[in-house]
Amino acid sequence: MTSGVLTRKPRGTVGESTDRTDGIPKVDGTYTYSSDLYMDRMLWGATLRSPHPKAIVRNLNLSRAVAMTGVHAVLTGDDVPGRKTFGLEEPDQPILASERVEYWGQPVAVVAADDPEIARRAVEAIEVEYDVLTPLIDPEEAEARDSIFHRLGCRRGPQDRRGSVVVEGYYEVGMQDQAPLGTESGLAIPDGHGGVDLHIATQWTHVDQEQIVAGLGVSEGMVRVHHAGVGGAFGAREDVSLQIHLCLLALYTGRPVKMVYSRGESFVGHVHRHPALLWMRHEADPDGSLRRIEAKIILDGGAFRSTSDSVIGNAVYHAAGPYRCDSVTVEGVAVRTNNPPCGAMRGFGAVQACFGHEAQMDRLADALGMDRLDLRIKNALSRGDPLATTGQIMDTSAPVVEILERLRSMPMPASGPDDDPRLLPGGTGLTTPRAAVRRGVGYAVGVKNLCFSAGFDDYAESRVALTPFGVEVHTAAVEVGQGLGMILAQIARTVLGIEDVVVYYDDTSKIGSAGSTSASRQTQMTGGAVLEAARMVREMALQRGGGDELDERGVWRDGVLVTPMQALVRDENVEYHTRFHHPPTEPPGENGLGDLHVDFAFAAHRAVVDVDRELGLFRVVQIDTVQDVGFMINPRSVTGQIEGGTMQGIGLATLEELIVEEGVIKNPTFTDYLLPTFLDAPPINIEVIEEPSSFGPFGAKGVGEPPTVSSTAAVVAAIRQATGLELNRTPVRPEHVALGISG
Amino acid sequence: MRIAVTVNGEVRQFDTKGAESLLFALREYLELPGSKGACEQGECGSCSILLDGELVCACLVMAADVGGSEVVTVEGLGGPELHPVQKALLDAGAVQCGFCTPGFVVAAAALLNENPTPSSDEIREGLAGNICRCTGYGAILRGLETLAGSGK
Repeated sequence: MTSGVLTRKPRGTVGESTDRTDGIPKVDGTYTYSSDLYMDRMLWGATLRSPHPKAIVRNLNLSRAVAMTGVHAVLTGDDVPGRKTFGLEEPDQPILASERVEYWGQPVAVVAADDPEIARRAVEAIEVEYDVLTPLIDPEEAEARDSIFHRLGCRRGPQDRRGSVVVEGYYEVGMQDQAPLGTESGLAIPDGHGGVDLHIATQWTHVDQEQIVAGLGVSEGMVRVHHAGVGGAFGAREDVSLQIHLCLLALYTGRPVKMVYSRGESFVGHVHRHPALLWMRHEADPDGSLRRIEAKIILDGGAFRSTSDSVIGNAVYHAAGPYRCDSVTVEGVAVRTNNPPCGAMRGFGAVQACFGHEAQMDRLADALGMDRLDLRIKNALSRGDPLATTGQIMDTSAPVVEILERLRSMPMPASGPDDDPRLLPGGTGLTTPRAAVRRGVGYAVGVKNLCFSAGFDDYAESRVALTPFGVEVHTAAVEVGQGLGMILAQIARTVLGIEDVVVYYDDTSKIGSAGSTSASRQTQMTGGAVLEAARMVREMALQRGGGDELDERGVWRDGVLVTPMQALVRDENVEYHTRFHHPPTEPPGENGLGDLHVDFAFAAHRAVVDVDRELGLFRVVQIDTVQDVGFMINPRSVTGQIEGGTMQGIGLATLEELIVEEGVIKNPTFTDYLLPTFLDAPPINIEVIEEPSSFGPFGAKGVGEPPTVSSTAAVVAAIRQATGLELNRTPVRPEHVALGISG
Repeated sequence: MRIAVTVNGEVRQFDTKGAESLLFALREYLELPGSKGACEQGECGSCSILLDGELVCACLVMAADVGGSEVVTVEGLGGPELHPVQKALLDAGAVQCGFCTPGFVVAAAALLNENPTPSSDEIREGLAGNICRCTGYGAILRGLETLAGSGK
């Protein structure tokens, strides 16, 4: 196909670690995040939140707030002109609570004022009388009282199968927060004709727009949602937080309104990773073959539904891990309580499941007297095997054996720390003498579904245009920091042979949905759309130009430039718009079985942890990881996703938990909710396996979530190995280790 | 209260209403939004600036207290060319969402100013006051290690 003349390959095609187009503004401070937006005559919004996890709202007195100088709006649920509720999967949460509050921090009223300080004081001036009720806070009690969002399960194979070696355990996962560094923020601008433009840090502009339109009671065309600079997401921005409030305030006041959550408000203003209670029972033959897996998983969904139904589904479908087993019973329930609402966070149910099944695999190996990796390899899923829970045949790459073999062969760190206190668990506090250190090694392997599942109509739109000024790629997909803009440009360059590609993040009025930046899906979905559109543009250009090859100079035939680019696009761009769907999936059938997922990715971690058993201190020395990535469109980005995702899993193993007592978050600050710092960050050694996926562009798989799935389990396994303790709960706290509490 | 302060080499004035941080003043009054607010309590380093040559969190400094001081923000570090720290972080892939990046840029520049050849452990310790949620710190370390030997 390529003629001899065409020796110029554009820079920045797939497989290269290209530079971020937003890189320079991000390092020199000029990149505009949603919290940096500004407009003349702009007002500041603020939110009144419930101080009780459960109460009846008796009376709201706004008069003092309304009378304050500089206050332009004080709005309550009565001021919501359209549908009074919102929700990602079901609109069950009041936009502003007017009759009752169901969780601590639930929005009750919003104000707009001349500056943030007046807005804050106006919020304080609102008087609310509550009849305080007793909150439902125990997930098991919630299940017993039938306070549930969703119950489902998988029953597969003969239910009477037994193995001679049996292990059983209870496990618990704490509530993790996504803690993106950019808090929720945005700017709503009324258009003067009853409509509004919202500039917002989100993960899915179109689903925000749907919920805003419903709440405002206006037609779809009157609300345009624009993707503003996003300071991280990790699931926290999939649900609506302040989007509808901002639009209500802007339309009410007729002025632009900006709102920026404080960190404390952010901790109550978005959903969290579901805390989980798990019970698992594994039975095996003496040679280690898994005979039967049973599990029960309870996720605390908190007060409103969000994505709880899907997260419990994912936890159930991933409950057996990446292992073969033909007799499985898994039951899952997402309960409704008066705890903070939970929803999407990187890993989406698979993290909680992995913490359980990997602890079980270690126990089983110990009971069998087998090497822990050998047991995993013996039962590892391969291409062509059925997923143990749903029975779906793996028709994608499933290199679990190779992942585990590669992980085993990665070099271990030097035998132990010297006396440098910075390398000891107690750090420079000098609490841990070298002799007190016990080193543990832990392994875990996980599986994560990619893209949306279970029959959801998952699609992404894109438009690619060849113009006199280069190539334009249009999308509504959200760049949250992961580097999607690079990926899309690389795909377009590769197909079109043209280097000059600009990615435009269009607002909701200009292009259809790209779906959410979640479920590790945008590389495959919007990447797939760009691939499809770019291929069509190439075909159309060749046809119009009468040739067989395209590059930035124009269309060529038999090595001769027959139509220069300027002539090709002089009258009209060559342009193609597409809506890309991934291969169909199906909803769960009888007993929860079926082809629910379109693709899977696998990853494994080995953690090396030094522990001071007496003081309960631990330090992650090194993490080694192998991940199934399909094909690396941008290797540096893949590395960044694996390192960052692994670290969030380390956080869940060692530090990160929202402490909720009687429905109240006790630590909604960065002083008390501990995120890993540079000093908590071990070296992370990465190997990848590039075996093409079934449908991703150039064989790519999504890479964002798999590294978070198994790193938590590996780190806790290492602490268990160092201490001999059961440690059934994550995050592991110093007192669990020092006092030998199993969790 | 009228405050005069030298910011990035230029004398600037603003009126503070009282209980406002230097971070707020920089962002809202002086149109320098490069410094980011992420925790408002000095835990995350996203608002790292130089105040009279010293690395501080602008969220912990009262705007009313900076009269006569000299402030350098991320906007004042580079010139026509990127500052070496900015370039090193970009080249290493240390920027994802980038919200922490301005703070890391200022803190790393301060670290290298004090110690032009920090070891890897010294880099980690020197930047322990800056939180990054995206990268896991690996790429930040690799980027800065390329400068540590160069004396920049």
